Amino acid sequence: MATMNVLLAGFGGQGILFSGKLLVYSGLLDGKEVSWLPSYGPEMRGGTCNCSVVISDDAIGSPLVTAPDVLIAMNLPSLDKFENAVVPGGTIILDSSLIDRKVTRTDVNVHYVDASKLAEENGMKGSANIIIIGKMFKELGFCTEENLFKAVEKCVPPKKAALIDVNKNALRLGFTV
Amino acid sequence: MAEKVLMKGNEALAEAAIQAGCRHFFGYPITPQTEISAYLSKRMPKVGGLFLQAESEVAAINMVLGAASTGVRAMTSSSSPGISLKSEGVSYIAGSDLPCLIINVQRGGPGLGGIQPSQSDYWQATKALGHGDFQLFVLAPSTIQEMVDFVPLAFDKAEQYRMPAMILSDGMLGQMMEPVTLPDPEKPFDREANIASKPWATNGTKGKRKKNIVNSLYIQPDELEKLVVERFERYEIIKKNEQRAESYLTEDADVVVVAFGASSRVSRSAVNAARAEGIKAGLIRPITLWPFPENAIEAVVPTAKVFLDVEMNMGQMIEDVKLVVNGRKPVEFFGRTGGIIPTPAEILAQIKRLAKEGK
Repeated sequence: MATMNVLLAGFGGQGILFSGKLLVYSGLLDGKEVSWLPSYGPEMRGGTCNCSVVISDDAIGSPLVTAPDVLIAMNLPSLDKFENAVVPGGTIILDSSLIDRKVTRTDVNVHYVDASKLAEENGMKGSANIIIIGKMFKELGFCTEENLFKAVEKCVPPKKAALIDVNKNALRLGFTV
Repeated sequence: MAEKVLMKGNEALAEAAIQAGCRHFFGYPITPQTEISAYLSKRMPKVGGLFLQAESEVAAINMVLGAASTGVRAMTSSSSPGISLKSEGVSYIAGSDLPCLIINVQRGGPGLGGIQPSQSDYWQATKALGHGDFQLFVLAPSTIQEMVDFVPLAFDKAEQYRMPAMILSDGMLGQMMEPVTLPDPEKPFDREANIASKPWATNGTKGKRKKNIVNSLYIQPDELEKLVVERFERYEIIKKNEQRAESYLTEDADVVVVAFGASSRVSRSAVNAARAEGIKAGLIRPITLWPFPENAIEAVVPTAKVFLDVEMNMGQMIEDVKLVVNGRKPVEFFGRTGGIIPTPAEILAQIKRLAKEGK
């Protein structure tokens, strides 16, 4: 992996920015160059949200991801908007609980994860985003497993320490789907 | 070395200000710089400092003027339209020979413009942030690490030359996170010694010295001319001693890209991609925008075939590049504006075009 460009997109409140932070911390702990750039524009005020993450062996030029190697789509507008931006041979992981259509492209790897439903059923409501990161880790192995779990501890604020285990369990669940 | 942490550019810069001994911040919220204010509103009270959200940008910059008069490290931050509002106060600060730090996290303009990243305040920062004959010391960071490192540097230079300094950032650097090493809190800045080193400060005579007067009003033309000329003699020293730039792969470069801040990061990716295709491309990244790093440009004029100036505006710094190149080599421009960040592919296409044309 020389450089991995990831675009995460969904509604505000789904933890898009948090998932991105988890990715960059994993990369940082792995000794990689990383960047994280949130959307802060008018689309965010309309309720949708996206976040560019770059994990690279080299210094990062633009932190803005316009041609993602990996697209994580947590709602239909995000898939509609970014499906065609993914590089050929890239990966799309989507929450199939919330997106009721299939990816139309045939030149990308697609993983449908029933993430919101799984989260609900397993008593980890609100962790669909982390289940998807678990799936992404299983498919692409962007860092060591140890650093992925360590990154959870770095990203969860001290006041919400109880959520560390919830997030770790969500990752583990993502490994299995 | 201290551990690398992930921080937003705005928050990292704000923490750097605390570490650099700044205890007086006056601001007013505006996207995309509001995290600076938000961070300092929490942090300043914990270190015995003053965070004040003023009633307007105009009030904030005049509070900086007042605080700076007493010799403390004072700072304000805003984004493009807010900086325009501060321009009168900045001119008064320059006319009073006071050091201070102004942060501009640029967004698209003119007018209220947009809130996405831009570099369209280059002219404002380097030519005319306010009326009258004066300059700011202007630093352009391109990484979050530089957002941090340039804070103490800007304060130091502002104090050394008794002038306002600006960090000209943009919405991309303000909002993004990347790994950064913060200053070592075990080595705190000595604020008392810093104030004691400013004999001009209006911080109480205690009956021991003559009154200091901070003023920018001089009714007698000969008196004012003398002061302005003296200030410009200082500017000449700064131009001689304080130029900063990074030259990347320029030694054998046919196409030399010139770009600062956010656009320099994208340009570097494009230069690497061009090299991978066998094109001799290089990058000069001005770090001080004023003084403009003429020497770094001059050094490659003999060997470069063509310059490509890349900015997130309609072409502002290109005028300074052209002044140095002075017609000896072609200087071309590529830019995106309105809040658009150029892609490496767009810049690469320009480099390839110029290389092909054999300019």
